[in-house]
Amino acid sequence: MAEAYIYDAVRTPRGRGKPDGSLHEVPTVDLAVTTLNALRKRNDLDPMLVEDVVLGCVDPVGEAGGDIARASVLKAGFGKEVSGIQINRFCASGLDAVNLAAAQVITGMKDLAIGGGVESMSRVGMGASGGAWPVDPGIAVPGYFLPQGISADLIATKYGFSRDDVDAYAVESQKRAARAWDEGRFKKSIVPVKDINGLTILAKDEHMRPQTDMQSLGQLKASFVQMGEMGGFDAVAIAAHPEVEFINHVHHAGNSSGIVDGASAVLVGSEEGGRKAGLKPRARIKSFASIGSDLALMLTGPIEVSELALKKAGMTKDDIDLFEINEAFSAVVLRYMQAMKLDPAKVNVNGGAIAMGHPLGATGGMILGTVLDELERTGKQTALVTLCVAAGMGTATVIERV
Amino acid sequence: MTNFNNFRFEVDGDGIALATWDMPGRSMNVITNEVMGELTQIVEKVASDEAIKGCVITSGKESFSGGADLSMLQEAKTQFEKLAKEKGLEEAMATFFEESRRLSLLYRRLETSGKPFVAAIHGVCLGGAFELALACHHRVLSDVDATRVGLPEIKVGLFPGAGGTQRVSRLMQTGDALQMLLKGDQIRPLMARNMGLVHQVVPRDQLVQTAKDWIKNGGSAEALWDQKGYKLPSNKVYSAAGMQIWPPANAIYRRETQDNYPAARAILEAVYQGLQLPMDQALKVESRYLAKILRSKEAAAMIRTLFLSMQELNKGARRPKNVPPTSLKKIGVVGAGFMGASIAYVTANAGMEVVLVDRDTETAEKGKAHSHKLMTDQIMKGRAKTADRDALLARITPSADYSDLKDCDLVIEAVFEDPKIKAEVIQKVEAVIPAECIFASNTSTLPISGLAKASKRPDEFIGIHFFSPVEKMMLVEVIVGKQTGDKALATALDFVRAIKKTPIVVNDSRGFFANRCVLGYILEGHLMFLEGVPPAMIENAGKQAGMPVGPLSLNDEVGVDLGLKILRATKEQLGEAAVVPAQEQLLTQLVEKDGRLGRKNRKGFYDYPENGSKRLWPGLNALQPEHLDAETLDMQELKQRLLVTQALEAARTVEEGVITDPREADVGSILGFGFAPYTGGVLSYIDFMGAKAFVDLCRTLQAKHGDRFAPPKILLDMAASGETFYGRAEAKKAA
Repeated sequence: MAEAYIYDAVRTPRGRGKPDGSLHEVPTVDLAVTTLNALRKRNDLDPMLVEDVVLGCVDPVGEAGGDIARASVLKAGFGKEVSGIQINRFCASGLDAVNLAAAQVITGMKDLAIGGGVESMSRVGMGASGGAWPVDPGIAVPGYFLPQGISADLIATKYGFSRDDVDAYAVESQKRAARAWDEGRFKKSIVPVKDINGLTILAKDEHMRPQTDMQSLGQLKASFVQMGEMGGFDAVAIAAHPEVEFINHVHHAGNSSGIVDGASAVLVGSEEGGRKAGLKPRARIKSFASIGSDLALMLTGPIEVSELALKKAGMTKDDIDLFEINEAFSAVVLRYMQAMKLDPAKVNVNGGAIAMGHPLGATGGMILGTVLDELERTGKQTALVTLCVAAGMGTATVIERV
Repeated sequence: MTNFNNFRFEVDGDGIALATWDMPGRSMNVITNEVMGELTQIVEKVASDEAIKGCVITSGKESFSGGADLSMLQEAKTQFEKLAKEKGLEEAMATFFEESRRLSLLYRRLETSGKPFVAAIHGVCLGGAFELALACHHRVLSDVDATRVGLPEIKVGLFPGAGGTQRVSRLMQTGDALQMLLKGDQIRPLMARNMGLVHQVVPRDQLVQTAKDWIKNGGSAEALWDQKGYKLPSNKVYSAAGMQIWPPANAIYRRETQDNYPAARAILEAVYQGLQLPMDQALKVESRYLAKILRSKEAAAMIRTLFLSMQELNKGARRPKNVPPTSLKKIGVVGAGFMGASIAYVTANAGMEVVLVDRDTETAEKGKAHSHKLMTDQIMKGRAKTADRDALLARITPSADYSDLKDCDLVIEAVFEDPKIKAEVIQKVEAVIPAECIFASNTSTLPISGLAKASKRPDEFIGIHFFSPVEKMMLVEVIVGKQTGDKALATALDFVRAIKKTPIVVNDSRGFFANRCVLGYILEGHLMFLEGVPPAMIENAGKQAGMPVGPLSLNDEVGVDLGLKILRATKEQLGEAAVVPAQEQLLTQLVEKDGRLGRKNRKGFYDYPENGSKRLWPGLNALQPEHLDAETLDMQELKQRLLVTQALEAARTVEEGVITDPREADVGSILGFGFAPYTGGVLSYIDFMGAKAFVDLCRTLQAKHGDRFAPPKILLDMAASGETFYGRAEAKKAA
């Protein structure tokens, strides 16, 4: 079996996912092209060496539909010989794309591939691709379908996180993200999005609110109260976790991941692939895993999947220097740290999606790059990247610098 | 012209046919195999005869029709099971599927026959009959208040399978359609028109003419959904609108049913799938669900208990045949407290005169004022008129004088639950009432035979046990004492029938029937609490098992102090072994140390804040000797414990001869304390599980949780012989 190495990782800045967001004018395919071209340019990469481009996209419809990976490859000018595939495991799609690329390398079927993702939430819209899971009673009912915010509130209720707890975490995420930007910790991976004339459209994450404090968050009303009561979802949450008497609704826009646009791309290859491309590996992919988990809690998959990925890597959590868990909601991270008994100083050290946003299909590739940059910056060795996934799943990847 | 057994069929000078449904020897039209056959002939005649322009379908009776013959549906299921044994499951299923969709295909043929059909409806038109109307191209209702349309199948665990789910969901917004189908309400004429279910509401004498005029004026023979360019009222399922509708609909379904009712789930699924298909395929999918639901044990159990048995009990199945019908004109009620005042209300509401007696006129007047309040509430809700209130109040005579009871046909006492006080009342009443007057006690705790000792005429003495709140609770337990005679029983049953409630006849026993089962439910909740099960989990286990409220909530409703009182009385009379010491300690702590009496003082297992919903009292935590981790608990077992304990108690009442007819235990358990209706009641719960499986379950629970789950001999015998409670009852009747 070959080893899979990470040769490079890039991401766009994240634009506010609304019509007034800076990236709203940029078609989905161009976001992906930006990252593909960046990998090519900064590594002086012969695109013909790339044997597949795997892109995660959660709402692959309209301009993002019909295999956005192939469209991006063609528009980036990689050549008609380079194949592309779009995959979807909801929020983990970007990381799964990297894992799938790595798997192809490990089996020896490919020597060099790109994994990543793209999502223009402002242009396509969250939920635009529909799906049977929330709608078809034959799956929604036995599957205890809940909107994610209700699941996050259920996690907070069940595991005892108060409104103050989740708000405090959000404030910390904003602080860490602001510091990371101020100190230039992201500059290695960020690729500005430019127009056809070379003018910069966006160079920095624009969702952040560094001035956020407990007072300002305290003024926000919990978002899912009405949905939970009128929509019947609180009752579903309780039916699945009957020791809970009522749902304590604590999440709101300020302690949940932001809706943004963006793309990511990670260059993965075997030793041979790197040699052919004249590249030096930055890290080794030690292991990866995906699992299904409790349906109503939905977002606790990272716990089980991290344990599985660590086991497959022959490691324990103490062997990991940095943890990167997607900040879908505050309670997701708090529960993860509680269950894994983690030191918060090792987790999401440069902030996360609460501050900077979560461009669904792209995020996995983004946070993998972020944590790799941080390992290199601090001279540390190992990291675990994980994301919670809709419909009760989780994906994780363990990396080690070489 | 042509004549059928069940229809009169005539064609007028304009070429418009009138099919008048009027089944011989029945007060109500019902859909039978023969009716389906004749309706098929009518449809084909109208379709093929060029002289006929269209057809109006109406009824020759005071109502249109109540729908399909439910015993026919039960018969179909029996046929299926027989065929499955003979020819194998697959062939039986294929036959059953085709059989069960005959009505749906007939209606679709009517709808696509090329000739316009109009339903002209007066009186109730429900279920399969309303599905016939929905398949017609136009629907006209009489404006009479008694006219009602609807699809109530869901109430007996069934599913509107002759196009109902598909046509309703194409006539109105999906959310409204689901609500109508899942609630099964009977809908008044104007409301039906507003909902888009019918087209016109006219005076009864213009019904048929209006229907004919619609045809004459060129009414289309093409249903909306068969027309080009038809758009669904809520747009496509997979659309932005659909995303707003379906996820909450699925969640609310679980909230309202706990996913215990396959028919309700089938409605959701059939509508969801059907809306994505053209009509013929949509109907086929609906038929698939019908064939599945018709074979479900929930439908069988609910049809038997909530339709057949309830109807039989309401018609006086247990009334002694040798007693001529009694005529109840004047009823005495002694004790104008909450129960007495409510009994006076339901009695006067049924048109009988009431003498309401208490120790002084003021108290009696206060009892009458309760009726004033209840009627005023009705007026505010638009369900009664001021004149109704005046008339009802005029029928209630408050009095402090027992001699006013002298010409009563029946006297019911509802005084304080103290044998001495009751004995005094019995003697005072018997001193004035005529020889043919029956005396009834509304006691809920004291054995009737004991009270009857104070009576000089124990054969005319009976228990009539109402449930609170009387005006809402549909069950009445009629308690037969050792010496109670047939006339007393007949009179009590006639009275219960007159006030339109459902009676069950119970032989005398401590707690009679319903309260015995209920106490078991509450006790199990207390024991789980003491084991360390999280209180919310106990409550949710009760609700998920299908009970209306959790056991701790129920204890709060009846009063924690009352629970303690009953427990102590039981201990005093039956000895230490009859009670669970830990339960006594818990209730003593709650009542005497913490002052938590239940909802009445806003402090029980729950806190009841002035504004806002009730919440479990945080102090409960300290009363639990240990705390179990929810993740280690088996929810299925918690649910089973809560139902099994009640079913076991019911089995014991059968063994002791307290209950003599399984229909009464089943109907009584659902109406009296809301026992998981999808099971068909406490004994059907055992019957449908099978005595052997139930005994095995009891043994498992006994090993883990104690001897209260020990199956009684009657169940061991049934498990050995493979009998059911209903089978035994049949055998006894035959013998």
